Amino acid sequence: MAYFLQQLVNGLALGAIYALIAIGYTMVYGIVGMINFAHGEIFMIGAFISLIGFLVLGALGITWVPLALLLVLLLAMGFTAVYGWTVERIAYRPLRGSFRLAPLISAIGMSIFLQNYVLLIQGAHEKTLPPVISGGFVLMQSGGFAVQVSWLQLIIVGVTLALMAAFTAMIQLTPLGRAQRATEQDMTMAALLGIDVDRTISLTFVIGAALAAVAGLMVTMQYGVIDFFIGFLAGVKAFTAAVLGGIGSLPGAVLGGLLIGLIEAFWSGYFPSEYKDVAVFAVLILVLMFRPSGLLGRPEVEKV
Amino acid sequence: MGWAPRLKDAALAALVAFALALPLAGFQTADTGQGFTTRFDWVAIAAGAAFAGKLLLGLVPRRFHLRQRAARRTALPENQAMPIAGAALVAFAVLLPVLPFSSRALVDLATVALIYVMLGWGLNIVVGLAGLLNLGYAAFYAVGAYSFALAAHWYGLTFWEMLPLAGLLAAVSGILLGLPVLRLRGDYLAIVTLGFGEIVRIVLNNWSPVTGGPNGVNDVPRPTFFGMPIAARAPEGVTTFNDFFHLAYNPMQRVMFLYYVCLAAALVINWFSLRIRRLPVGRAWEALREDEIACRALGLNPTTIKLSAFAISAMIGGFAGVFFAARAGFVSPESFNFQESATILAIVVLGGMGSQLGIVLAGVVLATLPEFGRDLAQFRMLFFGAAMVAIMIWRPRGFFSTRAPSVRLDPP
Repeated sequence: MAYFLQQLVNGLALGAIYALIAIGYTMVYGIVGMINFAHGEIFMIGAFISLIGFLVLGALGITWVPLALLLVLLLAMGFTAVYGWTVERIAYRPLRGSFRLAPLISAIGMSIFLQNYVLLIQGAHEKTLPPVISGGFVLMQSGGFAVQVSWLQLIIVGVTLALMAAFTAMIQLTPLGRAQRATEQDMTMAALLGIDVDRTISLTFVIGAALAAVAGLMVTMQYGVIDFFIGFLAGVKAFTAAVLGGIGSLPGAVLGGLLIGLIEAFWSGYFPSEYKDVAVFAVLILVLMFRPSGLLGRPEVEKV
Repeated sequence: MGWAPRLKDAALAALVAFALALPLAGFQTADTGQGFTTRFDWVAIAAGAAFAGKLLLGLVPRRFHLRQRAARRTALPENQAMPIAGAALVAFAVLLPVLPFSSRALVDLATVALIYVMLGWGLNIVVGLAGLLNLGYAAFYAVGAYSFALAAHWYGLTFWEMLPLAGLLAAVSGILLGLPVLRLRGDYLAIVTLGFGEIVRIVLNNWSPVTGGPNGVNDVPRPTFFGMPIAARAPEGVTTFNDFFHLAYNPMQRVMFLYYVCLAAALVINWFSLRIRRLPVGRAWEALREDEIACRALGLNPTTIKLSAFAISAMIGGFAGVFFAARAGFVSPESFNFQESATILAIVVLGGMGSQLGIVLAGVVLATLPEFGRDLAQFRMLFFGAAMVAIMIWRPRGFFSTRAPSVRLDPP
């Protein structure tokens, strides 16, 4: 029971990180109908910028944890957002209205480019960061097994839920959210009604990248080890989360992210952990086979 | 446009480049420990380059803009030179091992290039003709390579016995993957194939008792000449190729033999792909690529048509895998990761989806690039990623695209 609870805690913290990345996939898919394959690399870049942010702040003598954390969060979100914006501007915007596979191939090219770009300028070695926030508390004790919850895990879940609430409010209440929903429904009509479609799409990418940067920061703090290749697997898993929850649906992305995190944690806890990625990929294939619209998504209608 | 808005544009580009370069290029983290070094000169160079580049681009008259031109003309027209170029290329490939500058390393490299060309042609059937994006093609390559290596290791089967069997196994794996997922939309299908590719790699990596785990299989036999090994000495009771023809043994012969077998297989695959495009099933692939709903309205069954493309493409990948295993003499899971799938996809995209000749050129360039030095090899994937984006923007049909329709209403 205690072991089960421990896996639950770990799975929720991991799932919250996937959920943050999945929101980026699901928003972009909702609005332009393409899989932003480079989103996993944006997350990886966010992780690198967070790591560098901590190192630079440390060198500048800013070591008070709450201040350092806030600064790194803002810096990582800001700089990563520029990457998200640039990727959209260079690789996707010129392809609107091109043939069906063009944006996807372009996205794969961008993903390969960004991965190798970071490999070349930062090196292939794993980069480490000593724990920024340590400690935690014991949730319960049973049969000599203590269920640990770290402060960091609490922060991760808390930040995810707060951001999720903030973005749902933004999409429901602000003019930008209204423009996004209109663009999602019909790009041409939205443009005719005076919505700057290009700007709306750019902002969607910027927001997605900023959220991925938060996920990158969380991973850097939680695991303390990053390298240029982490974006690939995290990207595929977050995409699986988005599909599981129903692509295009924001609450779906969070639900899917948490479920994927739980599946991974429980699989690692009870089955050979080398196959935990296989479990996630199998979930992806099964969901697409039996319920392509996901748990909370709307079924897709094919139009001629 | 006056100078003021141009300068403003350029300044904006410089600002973006500055923001992109500052965190990642400006600070390099140390490989060990928590140190870092600063490289602000790189940031300045990036910002300066963006400023100058944007300013110069703004000076180019609008009618010379690449995208404007690409809109009018999607690809080079197919011309009469293509068949001649193809024939010249085949003649060169046949003569390559006996040319004066040829060496063992060069022929070996040419074999690698041929394997990549075969993979490109195989993937092209699915991506270029049927319009289905497969991001896990290396899985079929792995099925071919591993089925040969494992059958040889555990059951002592030979290259010639396993070549058709491995192709068959790869085709079956293609059907097994395709059956459940081919109903899916294009981009979902792409992600599922990616997942499948990773599953195959992870299983090969971890199922150690059978596959040897990360170490792979080491004792893959070489192809024989009608049962006669090409070797200096043979086990008891076996005549070697060299004894039979009274030739002195030379390691070059073995490399040359594999090269010619590979070349023959590649030519057969090429001939097969060109022919099948003109059969009803090949035409159905291309029709499906253009409009699935129209195809269904005409009574074509999209699932069986897609399945046939998947199976044939997988089979070619399986053949290429057998050649890969026979050339290297060993197989390990790391040869079949996503990077490999992406490389093969890059060959197809750069060569022009649907173009046999373009894929040859792209495959040869891609296979030989690492040989020009380690530095170039490091930049190889960076360049291919950028090239894939650039080609989608400027020449979405590829550099040498000859994706002419295989059937016309008004025959020329």
